Amino acid sequence: MFVETVWLAFRTILRNKLRSFLTVLGIVIGIASVIALVTIGQGSSAQVSANIASLGTNMLIVRPGRPGNGPGPRDNAANFRIRDAEILADLPLIESASPSVSRGQTIIFGNRNSTTQITGTDGNYLAANGWQLESGRIFSKGEEVAGSATCIIGETVRRELFDQASPLGQTIRIKRISCAVIGLLKAKGAGTFGNDQDDLVLMPIKAVQRRLTGNVDVQTIFTRLTPDATTETATKEIQTILRERRRIAVGQEDDFNVTDLKAFTSALSGITGVLTGLLTSIAGISLLVGGIGIMNIMLVSVTERTREIGIRLAIGATARQVLAQFLIEAVVLSLIGGLIGVALGLTLAAVASSFMAIPFAPDMRVIALAFVFSALVGIVFGFFPARKAARLDPIEALRYQ
Amino acid sequence: MIAASPLIAFQNVARVYGMGEAEVRALAGVDFQINAGEFVAIMGPSGSGKSTSMNIIGCLDQPTSGAYLFAGADVSTLDRDQRALLRRNYLGFVFQGFNLLARTTALENVELPLIYRGLPRAERRDAAQNALAKVGLAGRENHVPSELSGGQQQRVAIARALVGNPQVLLADEPTGNLDTNRSHEIMELLVRLNQDENITIALVTHENDMAAYASRNIIFEDGKIAYDGPTRLDVKREAAAHVR
Repeated sequence: MFVETVWLAFRTILRNKLRSFLTVLGIVIGIASVIALVTIGQGSSAQVSANIASLGTNMLIVRPGRPGNGPGPRDNAANFRIRDAEILADLPLIESASPSVSRGQTIIFGNRNSTTQITGTDGNYLAANGWQLESGRIFSKGEEVAGSATCIIGETVRRELFDQASPLGQTIRIKRISCAVIGLLKAKGAGTFGNDQDDLVLMPIKAVQRRLTGNVDVQTIFTRLTPDATTETATKEIQTILRERRRIAVGQEDDFNVTDLKAFTSALSGITGVLTGLLTSIAGISLLVGGIGIMNIMLVSVTERTREIGIRLAIGATARQVLAQFLIEAVVLSLIGGLIGVALGLTLAAVASSFMAIPFAPDMRVIALAFVFSALVGIVFGFFPARKAARLDPIEALRYQ
Repeated sequence: MIAASPLIAFQNVARVYGMGEAEVRALAGVDFQINAGEFVAIMGPSGSGKSTSMNIIGCLDQPTSGAYLFAGADVSTLDRDQRALLRRNYLGFVFQGFNLLARTTALENVELPLIYRGLPRAERRDAAQNALAKVGLAGRENHVPSELSGGQQQRVAIARALVGNPQVLLADEPTGNLDTNRSHEIMELLVRLNQDENITIALVTHENDMAAYASRNIIFEDGKIAYDGPTRLDVKREAAAHVR
């Protein structure tokens, strides 16, 4: 009997395809948005976790400019010097401090070229920023001190210039400099903002200063903390010593800032989470509206099929059988809506994920929940119309025109 | 079923609609019995109580007072679902407007009552095919109502009423929507079912030439029975004149 009723519901639904489709559209949109948003949200939080991991061990970024500006344009505070980094590295809570200076530059190998970010720094930079070597080696002490034209390249640069070939031992040209490739970085993938983290070339900072920027400025110092240091205490230490070095009077504001990128990323992930939750609840409201749509159409359907209900009652259907028929019809309708919604939502999420360069992470629990929820919508919003059908008086129903 | 007791018995059945000023006595204390195997035509002008009697016989309505016994059992003590079961197992309905499910094949329409009995698919199919063959519609199983003529649709409806092997076939103006020739064909079919299958038939009609096919007439007037007896000669004569 149950199987018959489900089958009957399917046939009734298929008999009126357009109307059935319009009926479930609300459910489709609701489920699709919930699935898409949750999937994208989970993908981006997975991405954020990966980003946090890729940021390496406890690290603080020190830049010139007043605090609170965040990344971006800064006021005209004086740049650091390599000496600042050396002094920071001597602090007890700091394991290493890598000075760095970056510059966009076109690099050439053979007849191919690529525009990338050249960063002058030292070997500690890799560990501080969570980079690992795919092959090759980091700069030797001698190369750092001498500022020799050696470079470590990122995966994107390798792909652009060398295709499948090994870059190690090759020489690339950066402006007038011929630079020997000594190392290749392991790919990190996209960053928090969808930026390509692998599009970079590392060189000894002295080489960049001397041959590319033409000055001795240091833009950023990446400090790696000792295991027992907290970001708070380390920040204090850095601030004290830098205020002293930069001769900032008591009561005056810092003209440099210390950023904990991890805290920033976590905050960002928190915002992402709140946004996802908010959008998902809006999508949930559209599910509710979809449910009301189903109720509406089922009520119309009951009225339209009053005679049919009369016939069924006359030939021996019990009230419960009529109730079951309409209830199952509503549930089948909303489940079909749920199915289409899940498919649509996953497709949307997959497309959006590939655009946003975040992992596509469909969650079976969420999908199962979406199905349960759409069945629930069918039961809740199908019950009232079904009860109306079951309570019809057969004589009245048969007389209905 | 106890053969001795009548299949259908009305004992002082009254049916009152509305209350107070608007009270309408559709049936004002009616007594009659129908035995198994009878073919009874229930007649009378509109508002005389014939349709109300039919609804009560069909367990679609219940008497306000008095008793309706079906095969000796008092139907007024049955609840909604028990009456549904009684309809399902012992009664078959044929209506003036055919009342087939649209966009549903003849076979599926005929199968419908058996679905509610929970019969397996194959058995249903066989029974429905047999019933369609009985009403002369073999080969039309897969036609939907809109592809069938009025007479054919009414045959499908009769097959649907027959498919559960009911004790009683209740036909409410079955020829009301059909032309004369089609009407006589349907009546001949009912007579054949009454004689060959020994199905009790209660027919509501206001046309004498249709009532003439029955062996007994009950004529209602103002909620009371004005005549109950063998099909009257004047009815037969008028019917004969019609047949030409």
